[in-house]
Amino acid sequence: MLNARALAATALLPLAVNAQNQINMSTGISEAGAVITDLGAEIYGLHMLIFWICVAIGIGVFGVMLYSIYAHRKSKGVEPSQFHEHTGVEIAWTVVPFFILVLMAVPATSTLLEVYDNDDAEMSILVTGYQWKWKYEYLDADGENIAFFSNLATSQEQIYNTDTKGENYLLEVDEPLVIPVDTKVRFLITANDVIHSWWVPEIAVKRDAIPGFINEAWTRVLAEGVYRGQCTELCGAYHGFMPVEVHVVGQGEFNDWMAAKRGAAATDAALAATELPVDELMARGEDVYNASCLACHGANGEGGLGNAIAGSTIAMGGLDPHLNVIVNGVAGTAMQAFGAQLSDIDVAAVTTFQRNAFGNNTGDVVQASDVVSYKEG
Amino acid sequence: MGDHHHGPAKGLSRWLYTTNHKDIGTMYLWFSFAMFLLGGAFAMVIRAELFQPGMQLVEPGFFNQMTTLHGLVMVFGAIMPSFVGLANWLIPMMIGAPDMALPRMNNWSFWILPPAFLMLASTLLMEGGAPAFGWTFYAPLSTTYAPPSVTFFIFAIHILGVSSIMGSINIIATVMNMRAPGMTYMKMPLFVWTWLITAFLLVAVMPVLAGAVTMMLMDIHFGTSFFSAAGGGDPVLFQHIFWFFGHPEVYIIILPAFGVISQIIPAFSRKPLFGYASMVYATAGIAFLSFIVWAHHMYTVGMPVAGELFFMYATMLIAVPTGVKVFNWVTTMWRGAMTFETPMLFSIGFLVLFTIGGFTGLMLSIAPADFQYHDTYFVVAHFHYVMVAGAVFSMTAAVYFWLPKWTGRMYNETMGKVHFWVSFIGFNVTFFPQHFVGLAGMPRRIPDYALQFADFNMMSSIGAFIYGMSQLLFLYNVIAAIVSGEKVSDEKVWDGAEGLEWTLPSPAPYHTFETPPKLEEQPAY
Repeated sequence: MLNARALAATALLPLAVNAQNQINMSTGISEAGAVITDLGAEIYGLHMLIFWICVAIGIGVFGVMLYSIYAHRKSKGVEPSQFHEHTGVEIAWTVVPFFILVLMAVPATSTLLEVYDNDDAEMSILVTGYQWKWKYEYLDADGENIAFFSNLATSQEQIYNTDTKGENYLLEVDEPLVIPVDTKVRFLITANDVIHSWWVPEIAVKRDAIPGFINEAWTRVLAEGVYRGQCTELCGAYHGFMPVEVHVVGQGEFNDWMAAKRGAAATDAALAATELPVDELMARGEDVYNASCLACHGANGEGGLGNAIAGSTIAMGGLDPHLNVIVNGVAGTAMQAFGAQLSDIDVAAVTTFQRNAFGNNTGDVVQASDVVSYKEG
Repeated sequence: MGDHHHGPAKGLSRWLYTTNHKDIGTMYLWFSFAMFLLGGAFAMVIRAELFQPGMQLVEPGFFNQMTTLHGLVMVFGAIMPSFVGLANWLIPMMIGAPDMALPRMNNWSFWILPPAFLMLASTLLMEGGAPAFGWTFYAPLSTTYAPPSVTFFIFAIHILGVSSIMGSINIIATVMNMRAPGMTYMKMPLFVWTWLITAFLLVAVMPVLAGAVTMMLMDIHFGTSFFSAAGGGDPVLFQHIFWFFGHPEVYIIILPAFGVISQIIPAFSRKPLFGYASMVYATAGIAFLSFIVWAHHMYTVGMPVAGELFFMYATMLIAVPTGVKVFNWVTTMWRGAMTFETPMLFSIGFLVLFTIGGFTGLMLSIAPADFQYHDTYFVVAHFHYVMVAGAVFSMTAAVYFWLPKWTGRMYNETMGKVHFWVSFIGFNVTFFPQHFVGLAGMPRRIPDYALQFADFNMMSSIGAFIYGMSQLLFLYNVIAAIVSGEKVSDEKVWDGAEGLEWTLPSPAPYHTFETPPKLEEQPAY
């Protein structure tokens, strides 16, 4: 009895958490009343304009129909009229809607032209869709680009209902995109494998990420805050699990963040030149595994969409074949070439982890230098 | 002469070898209903998984197989064949012909369908699973990244295309050559008109679909790179080709539905259709526009702004002929003497819900707003309003309307009305909240969702189970009518029904109009 009650309470938990259900498009205005993006607010206005025109037409059409259903029924003993065809009426209901459409087309055209106005951007970010994560690369005039991957941060336990779901369930990432407030940011959007689509509803940017194409989009966010979105083009099994998280911060905070990113990149490069102790490699490897491998290979290396790693002949066999799979991927499967996605130190760490976790007790320790020499052949 | 007036052969061979339009129509209708239940079962899996956030019943990969097969089975297995079945039964009876023009091809175009769907369904049991790339099968997810079963999917699509093309040629040949003397084009019932135009659309676009899947086959097995950017190909080209087929396809589905509604609303309003000629022209106008609006499915692919503007304006224009149709139906009801038997209820349900689907369609045509709607549940809600409440409701209305003519027996009216109300409520509980979650930001084709979408998804799932169950009531009502329904003696069945099919005895004999009917007494529609 008690158990059943507890179960019912768990089942109803998400309902209690969310008293508010959003039923309309993002208004483009933050809860504090600030405009998030001008374009978002404008698109919302356009959406509501078309909506109210449809409501007005609907009231007219359904009103006539409902009155007719009420008044012109055989049970009331009415005699059916036999009228049909009336040129005047027929011309009117062809021409009048046409002019209503012209009225809609005018604001739609001007908004569309703004959406396409990619000029005069103050900074550019290359957004690349991967199965199933986003890569952000801040393009730098001096060629010193900063790049990182942004993975789903929600745990498998939450997804498989063994842990309570957090507030931002499925909409949280390990490393968000950070952009400065009130700055025109141009996004160059592409994909590495299949087609994805990068969407953040509150800032009203959605553009398909297509391999071989680079699409442009832009935003100028006026209100600091965290904005969340998702991939909106079916891109395979974990399409539902590649969110977008954008942090809009003040220019000073952005500069600090950028400096920290550059520092971290330098630290990684320095680490790659040294030998790391095995426990550090294992700890780092576990983080990399959870972010990049777990979705397909399972929390315990038991496999799933991908092969099992626990007891795998590759993970327990020679080092070169193992590195080959991780660095170059496996053509024709969902196994990607992680050599281009992970730093050498991370490849070394995750390889070490796979060779020593889940009962794979090879005792092998792989250092970044091993990865570098493997890559160089 | 007399010894040729025989009934159907006995046993299985009757159905295997039949060239009779009524037998073939019956087989199409039963087959499509079976596919409707199968596609519905897939939908139930989808809604059960989406009942609550988190992964409960299936894995994400299998979820995608379900959405893919649901779409394919419903579009190609349920809706399209059901209207071909209706055309088979009704077109010869409506134009005063003894049968279809090409009866042996008619047999063939039906009998290649079941193997095609058997093959498609068998992919569920294959290594790597069934196709999981959506019914729109965008490359390269459907080529380089597809499971091996994609080859069987391609073959199945080819067979369905051949079947549709043969069926369409048959309808065109029948309508053009087999009309009774005096049955001029502008005297044909609107159902015949809409199907004639639909058949031309099918002949025009099914080869385009065949081309798309053939290019996929070449990419997968023969080293070409039509859709692979790495080889110099173009993934967006796939979308252009697919939607050049896909957009006319949605009118292929809805135009015969318009035809059905244009027969039923006048019958139960006891009043002629308001504007017969303008309905014909509106149908032709919609068919023409369907060829120049395809890229409104692709507003977010990064087309040049001039392209976006062209497709936006062209798409908005569709509202004009569609509006003409809706205004015509409403004006037909105006000052009629209406009764509300089940076919009329489903037709009014169609009218209300299809119009709502039209409104959301108009909203979706606005390119800058579509950047927010595209690929969300708002789109899912929109096309279910036009596909389910449009095509399926009208098909249901058609079955109730003509069943007494086909079988000579009446269905249970009370049960029919219950079916309507349960369907109507279930449908709206399912799909109306999907407008909300879509606008609030829920993408389509995801097996799990953020918590703010939970309430409406649960509502949607409950509605879907209700709607699904109501179809079993429909099945029962039809079978009960066939087995033990009250016999219909009146030729007209419905006192307001007009048309040649209502001059035939009930049930309609195996062979009809072996001598052409005289048309003087028939009114223009």
